Amino acid sequence: MQRFLSRPTVSGWLLASPLTLVLTLFLVLPIVMIVIVSFWQATEFSIVPAFDFENYEFLFGSPVTYKVFLNTFKYAVITWACTLLIGFTVAYFLAFHVRSQTWQIALFLLCTIPFWTSNIIRMISWIPFLGRNGIANSALISAGVIDTPLDWLLYSDFAVILAFVHLYTLFMVVPIFNTMMRIDKSLIEAARDAGATGAQIMWNVIIPLSKPGIMIGTIFVVTLVMGDFITVRFMSGSQSANVGRLISNDIALLQYPSAAATAVVLLATVLIVIGLLLRFVDIRKEL
Amino acid sequence: MTITTGKLSRRSILKGAATAVGASTLGAPMIWAQNIKDVTLRQFGTGVSNLNEVADKVKEDLGFTLEMTALDSDSVTQRAATQPGSFDIADIEYWICKKVWPTGNLQAMDTGKIKNYDKIVGIFRNGKLTPESEIAQGTAPHTVGFVEGPGGTEFVDYESGWMTLIPTIYNADTLGIRPDLIGRPINTWAELLNPEFKGKASILDISSIGIMDAAMVCEAMGEIAYGDKGNMTREEIDKTMAIFTEAKKAGQFRAFWKSFDESVNLMASGEVVIQSMWSPAITAVKSKGIPCVYQPLKEGYRSWGGGIGLSKNLTGLELEAAYEYINWYLDGWVGGFLMRQGYYSAVPETSKNYMTADEWGFWFEGKPAEGDITNPFGQVMEKAGAVRDGGSFYDRMGAVACWNAVMDENQYMVRKWNEFIAA
Repeated sequence: MQRFLSRPTVSGWLLASPLTLVLTLFLVLPIVMIVIVSFWQATEFSIVPAFDFENYEFLFGSPVTYKVFLNTFKYAVITWACTLLIGFTVAYFLAFHVRSQTWQIALFLLCTIPFWTSNIIRMISWIPFLGRNGIANSALISAGVIDTPLDWLLYSDFAVILAFVHLYTLFMVVPIFNTMMRIDKSLIEAARDAGATGAQIMWNVIIPLSKPGIMIGTIFVVTLVMGDFITVRFMSGSQSANVGRLISNDIALLQYPSAAATAVVLLATVLIVIGLLLRFVDIRKEL
Repeated sequence: MTITTGKLSRRSILKGAATAVGASTLGAPMIWAQNIKDVTLRQFGTGVSNLNEVADKVKEDLGFTLEMTALDSDSVTQRAATQPGSFDIADIEYWICKKVWPTGNLQAMDTGKIKNYDKIVGIFRNGKLTPESEIAQGTAPHTVGFVEGPGGTEFVDYESGWMTLIPTIYNADTLGIRPDLIGRPINTWAELLNPEFKGKASILDISSIGIMDAAMVCEAMGEIAYGDKGNMTREEIDKTMAIFTEAKKAGQFRAFWKSFDESVNLMASGEVVIQSMWSPAITAVKSKGIPCVYQPLKEGYRSWGGGIGLSKNLTGLELEAAYEYINWYLDGWVGGFLMRQGYYSAVPETSKNYMTADEWGFWFEGKPAEGDITNPFGQVMEKAGAVRDGGSFYDRMGAVACWNAVMDENQYMVRKWNEFIAA
C-alpha cells in the first residue's frame, strides 16, 4: 500500500483530485447541464426535455442575434481600448515614476478604494451626474460651453462605455502593474546606455515585457464586458441590447432552453476570443 | 407545507372546518381553533399588495402567521409555474393566472365558503361593472376567474361556484405626464409618439404590458384597427412594433423602464415628460413636490387586476386557514388599506367601513377632498380641494379599454419585442 501510494503517478493523481472534484462539480457539470437544456423545448410555462435544434435554428436565423453580438463586440473592443490606455498609463506611473515602494503600495491601494463599494452603486451614481438636469450638464451650461443640455451623456452608448471603463479599469491596472514590477530595471539602463530614446525603450523593452499583464487584463475586461447585462440595461435606459440582456430577457419569460442556447453560443464566442488572444502571448511562460 | 403542530388529527380538522363555517357567517374574524395559531401560510406576489402591515394584521386578527415574499411580476410567474412547493398562497395577476392555471399548481375555491362573494364587483364575476357596461378587450378577469369544478383545468364563462383567484386589488392605468413641462392639455394616447416630445417619452420594457400601451397608442393614432388588443394577430404585432421601432430610431424615447423606481426617477428628474406609468409611481413623484398627473385619456384605460389563488398542496387545517384569510381579506380592512393608496378593492362596500367619509369621497366617489388626504403610512398624498385624476370609481373603471393579457401569439410577440429593444 505504502509503495502503491508513493508511486509518482498515483500521488500525482491524488494531489490533483480535490481540485478536479471541485471543478467538475461546480464548473463542468453546470456547463454540461446548460448545454443539455439548450436542446430542450419550452412552452409558456413548462420545459420539455428533448433533443431539438430549434433554439439554435432560431438563434442563428434571427438578424437580431447578429446585431446584438456585434453590439456586444463593439462594447468589448471600445472598453478594452480605453481601459488599456488608462490602465497602462496608471501602471507605468506607479511602476516607473514612483520611486519608493511605500508610495507605490499606498498609491496602488488608493486605486482600489472605489472598489470597496458595490459596482451597481458605482454605476448608478453616474445617472444623476449625467442626466439632462444633472451636474455635468449644469456645469457645462453655467460655464457657457453649451446652451442646451447634452442628451447623449445619459442613456446612450457613451454612458454604457463610460460606466464599463470606470468599473473595469482596475482589472487592467493590477496585472500590468504586477508584470511591470518584475521588469529588471537594469534592462532599461542597458537600453539607455545603448542610446535608445524614451519612446524606443517604451516600445522595444517595456511593452514586450508587459505583454502577459496586458493579456491577463484583456481577458478580464473582455469577459466581464461580454458577460454583463445590468450595466447595459441601466446606462442605456434599456435602449441597447447585448447578449447578456437577451439571456436575461429569456430567463424572465421562462424560456430557459432558449437562454441556455444563447449562453452556449456566448460561451463559445468568448472561448474563441480568449483562444486567439493566447496565441499571441504565452502567459504561462511569462508567469 | 409547514405543519408545526404534532397533534393534527382528522377530528381537529373537522372541528376546525365546522367552526370556520360558523365563523364565516359571523361578521368579525375570530380565533376558532387553538392550533390555528401554529399554522403558517406562505404567500408571495408583487410588491403592490404583499405588505408587511397585512401580515401583522393577520396575526392580530386571525392568530396565524402569514409569511410574505414580494417579487417582480416575471419572478412571480416563474415561481407560480415552476415551484409549486414553495408557496401556499399565490398573489398573482389575472393574466398570469391564464399562464399558470394549466400547470395545475393551484386549486379552485368554493365560492360557497366566501362570505362576501355576492358583494364582489361585477367585473370579476360576469365581467360587467354595471349591467350596461361593455366588456373590455384583453384577458378580462371573469374570463379566467372560474373553472367547472374543484379539479377543473378549463376556464368557463359563467359563475360556476369554483373560483380560480379571489380578486384583491385592481386599477386602471394610463399615461403619466409632467403638466409643468408640457404646458398644454393632453387627452389622447397618441401623444406618446408626438414628435413634440422627442427624447422625452418612455414606455415600459415588460413586453406583455408594454405591447398593450403600444397598441393603445397605435390605435389612437388611427394607424391600426385591432380585432382584440389583448390577443393580436402576427400581422398586428408586426405593424405595432414597426411603428414603435421607427419612433425609437428617430429618438422619440429617452429610456425604457422595467422597475417602478426607474419610472419614478425618469419622471422626477425631468428626463421624461410623458410615459406609461403606474398609479403609485405618480404618487411617489408627487410626494417629492413635483407636479405629475395620471392623465385620463379619451380612448380609455389599460386595466389590471390581481387576486389570491391557493396552492394545490393546501389541505386540512391550512386550507381552512386560507379560507379564513380570504374572508378576512374581503372583510374591508385590507380593502381600506389598499384604497387609501389609490387602488380599488374587490368589495368596495366593506372597505368603506375602514375609511373616513372624506377618504371614501376622494378615492372612490371622485369628490374634492375636504381635508388633507393621507395614505396609510401617514404621508400627505393630496391637499384639501384636490380631485382624483380621472374621477370616480365608475368613471375610471367604466372607461377600461383593455385588460392586461397573454396572447395566443405570446412567444412571437416576445421575440418581436426583443427585436424592438435591440433595434
